[in-house]
Amino acid sequence: MEMTVAQALIRCLELEGVEVVFGYPGGAILPVYDALCRSGNIKHVLVRHEQGAVHAADAYARATGRVGVVLATSGPGATNLVTGIANACMDSIPLVLITGQVPTSQVGTDAFQEVDITGITMPITKHNYLVKDAGRLPALIRNAFHIASTGRPGPVLVDLPKDVAVETINFEYPKTVRLRGYKPTYTGHRTKVKEAAELMMNSERPVIYAGGGILNSHATAELVELAEILSAPVTNTFMGLSGFPGDHPLFLGMLGLHGTRYANLAVTHCDLLIALGARFDDRVTGKISGFAPNAAVIHVDIDPAEIGKNVRVHVPIVGDVKQVLRAVLAQVKKKDRSGWLEQVGQWKAQYPLTYDRDGSFKPQAVIEKLYRHTRGEAVVATDVGQHQMWVAQYFRFKNPGTLISSGGLGAMGFGLPAAVGAQIGLPDRLVILVTGDGSIQMTMQELATAVDQKLPIKIFILNNSGLGMVRQLQEFYCEGRYMATRFGFVPDFALLAKAYGVAGHTVRSEDDLDRLLPEVLASPEMVIVNCLVDPEENVSPMVPAGRGIDEAIDC
Amino acid sequence: MRHTLAVLVENNPGVLARVAGLFSRRGFNIDSLAVGRTERPDVSRMTIVVEGDDRVLEQVTKQLHKLVDVIKINDVTPEEYVDRELVLIKVSCDPARRGEIMQVADVFRARIVDLGRKTITVECTGNDGKINAFEESLRPYGIKELVRTGKIAMLRGNRSTSLDDKKDEE
Repeated sequence: MEMTVAQALIRCLELEGVEVVFGYPGGAILPVYDALCRSGNIKHVLVRHEQGAVHAADAYARATGRVGVVLATSGPGATNLVTGIANACMDSIPLVLITGQVPTSQVGTDAFQEVDITGITMPITKHNYLVKDAGRLPALIRNAFHIASTGRPGPVLVDLPKDVAVETINFEYPKTVRLRGYKPTYTGHRTKVKEAAELMMNSERPVIYAGGGILNSHATAELVELAEILSAPVTNTFMGLSGFPGDHPLFLGMLGLHGTRYANLAVTHCDLLIALGARFDDRVTGKISGFAPNAAVIHVDIDPAEIGKNVRVHVPIVGDVKQVLRAVLAQVKKKDRSGWLEQVGQWKAQYPLTYDRDGSFKPQAVIEKLYRHTRGEAVVATDVGQHQMWVAQYFRFKNPGTLISSGGLGAMGFGLPAAVGAQIGLPDRLVILVTGDGSIQMTMQELATAVDQKLPIKIFILNNSGLGMVRQLQEFYCEGRYMATRFGFVPDFALLAKAYGVAGHTVRSEDDLDRLLPEVLASPEMVIVNCLVDPEENVSPMVPAGRGIDEAIDC
Repeated sequence: MRHTLAVLVENNPGVLARVAGLFSRRGFNIDSLAVGRTERPDVSRMTIVVEGDDRVLEQVTKQLHKLVDVIKINDVTPEEYVDRELVLIKVSCDPARRGEIMQVADVFRARIVDLGRKTITVECTGNDGKINAFEESLRPYGIKELVRTGKIAMLRGNRSTSLDDKKDEE
């Protein structure tokens, strides 16, 4: 069938089952928007800044398990995507990004709104394409979706010059993908699986350390089964949170820099560390030589490059976590480890997560109350900073994929557009955004998108009039010389809500919050709750820089 | 230790940038990199000489494999292989000393490829060691310009690092 490349592109998206795209139009992407307009089968969410589009698509992907799709124009439209692409790449989120490009004849001439976006995004995409041959477009889009969503997921960018977009081609969507340089491994090596199962059966003090791979491979059920069979306590990385039920007796919470003391102690004293879909990130390991020093390490990951990158591994297994766990489960038997669990239980009792309840309005209390009022049944998007760590510590996630947050990149400004994307993907779920006054001001323009799309997001701003996490770093590492971490001016967020035509509240105490929460959470509309919390509060415990994770301090 | 990698890549624009960018951003050191066509028009071959211990090499290989355009990687170092490099050297030379330089060239089985009024340009192929020795022999005469292609390598005998059609094409 004859059609323009732009129309073919939209047809490809339809065939890939895309229902929503997030974008911002412009000159070079004009033909694609025109084709989108004429198709009418795909919903377009108009954001207020391209960064909002990519974060929203990223969160949409996390919330729904589908590929997030972004449209942006050339030049500044494309460069505005960069932070969001890097974010998706670090957190292994499947995205397909289509950018307009100046006409082929002008490429390389510093034309108006020209930028080499395939060059710029080479290190932060899983793969990218500049479309030169119109006839190849359908195959490239097919490849893009395949690469983005298989193996270790990630963002794929397709840069489409304007002249190519208006060329006419004979459309045919390839049935198969032919990529000889790309063949992910899903099934774990038989012998290695056997070795792993034997190690598991022989260990006395196993700990499961589970990361975002659990969520990407939907392996929660298998993870719970393995933990229960082995009587092995489970700790999650930040990315892995919600991948194991937060109220399960074997759950140790998050480990690492701001992890629970008992998770860090269990890892330090275990004789077998079972790493599942995790990458031994520096925020997890602290001083690497002190990380699980007495343990044999089993490392299961779909990305072979992660195995052996940061630590020595005894049993490496390249494969999809779910499939590998299924194979392992067939080979392990119930084993009693009451002594080890008792020890872990003692640590839990001895070092609970806690904070000063001195009567001031504590940010941790906001998270605890959100958990209590929702019973963990909410999708929680966060920004980056102290509030993010408090969510990780105090919100006990019940369902897989319900924490939506920027882990690897730690990109402030992710939260609000992420909440937009999550709510669009899950229109019937309660979506809560927990953010800070610093973070939300980075992408605050997306409030308009949220209102425009009539999204009933509940926004909680833990407002300490400054940059709490950096302030905390200055307290500990700069002897309290606070520099550029207090805002001279912070807008009145409740008033701001009014400007957007939604309800806004300012809350000054825990009691106020308790009274307000039922009404806010039940509201069918967006609500902004500005929580004026104790500005001096620190995230505790904290592992000081360069120390082992068992050397955390209270702050 | 130095390793010589034979890397087969898709003959796509930008593939060199992808590989070079990977080495620089991950802090791997490239000693030399030579790239060119192969017996198949859709496949290019890079010969990369990289310095590092086993762990570094493992990461280099795994990270290279993550590039979609990289089809196959072979570390030929532990195998029997032929390696060659080509060098062009322009040496200062009065007509009176030409004979001397031509003698040096003879010893290394190098060829004179250009003569100027005050220069002579020689070409030499061989492995690392030979090229280095040739360079040293000409240094006393005053090297005005020197360019090396970087190493290319090929396994000896029946073994090859080409694509195995059945295995690699599926």
